Amino acid sequence: MIRATGLTKDYGSRRAIENLTFEAKQGEVVGFLGPNGAGKTTTMRILTGYMPPTYGSAQVAGFDIISESLEVRRRVGYLPETVPLYPDMTVFEYLKFMADLRHLPNAEDMVDETLEMVQMVKRADGYISNLSKGMRQRIGLAQALLHKPEVLILDEPTIGLDPAQVVEFRNIVRDVGKERTVLLSTHILSEAQQLCDRVLIINKGRIVAEDTPENLQARLVGAEHVVLRIKGEADDLLPIVAKIEGVQNAKLQPDGMVEFQFVPGTDVRPAVARATIKAGFDLLEFRPVGLSLEEIFLQLTQDTTRKER
Amino acid sequence: MRNIWTIARREYRHYFSSPIAYIVALLTLLTIGVYFVVIIYYLTNQSYYSNTAPGVDIIIGPMATVFLFATPALTMRLLADEQRMGTLELLLTTPIREGELIVGKWLGAFLFMLTIIAVTLVFPIVLNKLTSPGIDQGVMISAYAAIILLTAVFLAIGTAMSSLFNNQFAAFFATLAMLVLFWWLIHLPTYIIQNTTINNVFNYLDLNTRFTNMLAGTMSLSDIVYPISLTALGLFVSSIAIETRRWR
Repeated sequence: MIRATGLTKDYGSRRAIENLTFEAKQGEVVGFLGPNGAGKTTTMRILTGYMPPTYGSAQVAGFDIISESLEVRRRVGYLPETVPLYPDMTVFEYLKFMADLRHLPNAEDMVDETLEMVQMVKRADGYISNLSKGMRQRIGLAQALLHKPEVLILDEPTIGLDPAQVVEFRNIVRDVGKERTVLLSTHILSEAQQLCDRVLIINKGRIVAEDTPENLQARLVGAEHVVLRIKGEADDLLPIVAKIEGVQNAKLQPDGMVEFQFVPGTDVRPAVARATIKAGFDLLEFRPVGLSLEEIFLQLTQDTTRKER
Repeated sequence: MRNIWTIARREYRHYFSSPIAYIVALLTLLTIGVYFVVIIYYLTNQSYYSNTAPGVDIIIGPMATVFLFATPALTMRLLADEQRMGTLELLLTTPIREGELIVGKWLGAFLFMLTIIAVTLVFPIVLNKLTSPGIDQGVMISAYAAIILLTAVFLAIGTAMSSLFNNQFAAFFATLAMLVLFWWLIHLPTYIIQNTTINNVFNYLDLNTRFTNMLAGTMSLSDIVYPISLTALGLFVSSIAIETRRWR
């Protein structure tokens, strides 16, 4: 369980996060979604007891992060953004060291068990300096899972993993998330959609939206975007596309593509394709473009400023 | 206690896979070895001088000078490196206290230096065979206690500097500067200041005199208390430095 109330952190005169209030229950996977520098890492560092907030308070696993920091740290597994490993140790030595620091009673069994979970048993006796980025990431995750923490906090955990490893990784997180609390940060929208029960969108140190991924998606996608490319100049095509009923905001992109929007439900794509061919253009490409994360942020930040007024 | 030991054990092992540690060990043993051989050779060929048998100070004296330069190289990475690799974030989010981390780190380096010092015990054993009626056992114990205490102080100052600087080289030179201050510079003002009270303070703080006293086997209680308190102060400063790092 994580409960943060009014968390604020200042680095000198720069305010990194402002008045963050949120909750993550047991058995819930909560995603922190935001661009770089939004304050995700800062928030996680506060929750793990690495540094105190300037204002506000938080409870993690039922203990106060400031006055009962050691109790919190006992119950939290944390994977920082830069995976903290000692290259001069073997995988087993490293995990045994972490198990000893956490006073685990049967350290070696716990290490073996965790290695199995992240599928690194074969490399147990290899030096960490010889591991690939993806393997290092898995060892970092193993370190966080080692003591079966009540709360798991993962900072950008899938960076540097190949697609197969990402799938594997998601399975582990989903498994852990069934009975424990998982807070993870990412700037990849699809990842948040697949993994999280709830998403907090954070921008410039503030929470700008909080909902299930499905609801957020539905709320945000007001119109569908499509681009099309033809052979040669598209200047003449633009007026033709713009005239078709249902097409909105048709415009020429700098790279020679035509972009337009339409309201979902009134699919104008067949009509546009037909008109293009009929006018004698050679159609090369025709594809939908999803809303990028930046556009979502733009929408959300505009929403919040409007509300404030 | 258990956490200190876990940290110290890792640190100690790390030195055996680190080139700097081997260079320090080599430098120490080489310097003492060359010094030792030259002095013995010189004394055995100077008939008029041979009525004063060499004592254990011909081993411990040069050792102190080597350590003055060698220990900053061992301690410079202690915390600066953890900061660079991001492992400080890991350690500070495990349930251990700053003090335990610092003492563990220092203890690891101290145990490594003790290992090197233990190897140098070969020299007094050889010296004992070479001289008649052998070397003074009491002075030998006192001299070894002196170098061990001195190592503890040097490493504690190095740990403090490493916790204050993120950069290894800055930590190295800051440590060296501090050691030179406590070893060579701190008693110099006594030559120009007339006030005895102030001079007493400078003399008290001078590590070199205390070391020389112990080397000669004429030590007082304060010769032991002072290096121990300086070590404790160094470790305390390190813990504070790490703790305030969180609040920045």
